Amino acid sequence: MSAPTTLPSARPVAHTIAETYDHRGRQAGEMPLSPSMQQFADEAERLPTDELILNMGPSHPAMHGTVRCVLRVDGETIKDADVQIGYLHRGFEKESEAATYTQIFPYVDRLNYVSPMLNNVGFAMAVEKLLGITAQIPERAEYIRVIVGELARVADHLTCLSAAISELGGLTVFFWGNRAREHVWELLEDVSGARMTHSYCRIGGVAWDLTRDFDEKCRGKIAKIRGLVVDIRKLVERNRIFLDRMEGVGCISADDAISYGFTGPCLRACGVAYDVRKDHPYSVYDHFDFDVPIADGGDNLARYLVRIEEMEQSLRIVEQALVQIPPGAVIVDDPLIALPAKREVYNSIEGMIAHFKHIMDGLVVPAGEAYSFTEGGNGELGFYIVADGTGRPYKNRCRPPCFYITAALRQMILGANLADVVPIFGSINMIGGECDR
Amino acid sequence: MAQRVLEFLQRERPLALAETGSHVGDEIAVVHREHLVEVLTLLRDHEQMRMNMLSDLTVVDYLGQTPRFEVVYQLYSIPHKHRLRVKVLVDETPGECWVPTATGLWYAANWAEREAWDLYGVRFEGHPDLRRILMYEEFVGHPLRKDYPQNGRQPLIRRPDAPPTDDQTTRLMPDSHDRRVS
Repeated sequence: MSAPTTLPSARPVAHTIAETYDHRGRQAGEMPLSPSMQQFADEAERLPTDELILNMGPSHPAMHGTVRCVLRVDGETIKDADVQIGYLHRGFEKESEAATYTQIFPYVDRLNYVSPMLNNVGFAMAVEKLLGITAQIPERAEYIRVIVGELARVADHLTCLSAAISELGGLTVFFWGNRAREHVWELLEDVSGARMTHSYCRIGGVAWDLTRDFDEKCRGKIAKIRGLVVDIRKLVERNRIFLDRMEGVGCISADDAISYGFTGPCLRACGVAYDVRKDHPYSVYDHFDFDVPIADGGDNLARYLVRIEEMEQSLRIVEQALVQIPPGAVIVDDPLIALPAKREVYNSIEGMIAHFKHIMDGLVVPAGEAYSFTEGGNGELGFYIVADGTGRPYKNRCRPPCFYITAALRQMILGANLADVVPIFGSINMIGGECDR
Repeated sequence: MAQRVLEFLQRERPLALAETGSHVGDEIAVVHREHLVEVLTLLRDHEQMRMNMLSDLTVVDYLGQTPRFEVVYQLYSIPHKHRLRVKVLVDETPGECWVPTATGLWYAANWAEREAWDLYGVRFEGHPDLRRILMYEEFVGHPLRKDYPQNGRQPLIRRPDAPPTDDQTTRLMPDSHDRRVS
């Protein structure tokens, strides 16, 4: 008996690998392969392959911030990963223990070096909490802190987004994002005199007042930043390359994210509306009308969207603060806390003694301990200070938000493609200086 | 709000607490080490507490005091928006310098405990992967201890008296051939 002849199949079969892709270029999946192609695919499956160890970093162009990922890959798939940090460890805590409280501000600048103003504010508030002078900070100083802090947040998010998207091939976004960031830095440079490491806050207030034309200049810059952000959004949000690589990549569930200690934009991208500014309003954040954007999914795209929207909210806060800001002093009027003005130092013995004591001994903080937390660029930026009654902290611990986020990187890249490491790593905004301290 | 947390602990686990108090608005509970995991589990799971985030973990070195170290857990509850600082006192003698791990309760404990071990040398019993994280493998000592000099320098190369290192590259492939440099 002859073999039964195969009936022509009603369903289409693919005669080349290319035919298994649908018109959108995605793998169709349901389309069966023709027998010859099936044989080809089976043979490919049986090809002897071996898992191998691949080092990404520490000096990989896409691993910004010097982090090393040791990956065990099977073909393109990541089977296991070991994320190693610490290449930027500079002993922040050890150095702090030998410095006066005011001398720590420059160290704090270098933690999250894309938003140093927020670190300044966070650290100053921790010391003020220990001193018990939180309520006495002049209102103008609080408003200035909010303005410069929110501008720094915009710079932080712009850095993250433009770097992450440029790694996906959108180099234009990098240039536009940096141009927008340049506007922020020009403003902060006007205020503090430094582009990146501002050291502008002081315990009890800020170093000096805003420049005379700050208001006008800031409004002009805000309009320009908004325009550039809109341009970036137009460029990428309908771009298929961007969406394919961001949507559904690097997912993490809300429960896992909380357990890992996620805070800030990465947690809000999982749908959890935790924002220190809203939940535990500090400074004058309760005076402003702003929203906490959240997104669902916990993937790269959600993190991108949350950051984009947060920039708009930050600019809204700055605009409101510029209207509401009252005149007055910018630092507490207490010679034990504030450094005297140069005029007094040179002309009066009291001023000179106060200056000497401040520089040599530092301002004396009563013994005790405090954990103060603020909303940094990446999330909850905490400072846990143990004071022993001298002018130098006994312990100064920084709770770095991106340390805990980077801890979850292993889980987020397991099972992903090798190429997905880059956008996932870009979207969590790991800042080496803050993570490794 | 947070005072409620301390009252809850005093009601539920009075024997586990060594001391409670508050300072500048922060609530602090000092817990006996043998009850630590029990208390942390209760704080995480109880309906009134729901401390689902380990916000931070660190160690304070009180050189000259006994016990010398204080392991500090900062807990936060996202649903209830309250905080608590849990502390455990640990002695410095080699056999006693340990705390049970919290890796079974929060994922965040994994790296946080590695950092605490790296910088202070407090062991976390039961930690699945306790190795250095910020310092390099060959580093000798624990730099944030108060008796480690602030300007202490160590060579980056392996010293003959260094403890045996663990090549992190081969960690992921236990069956691969040994690539360690002896």
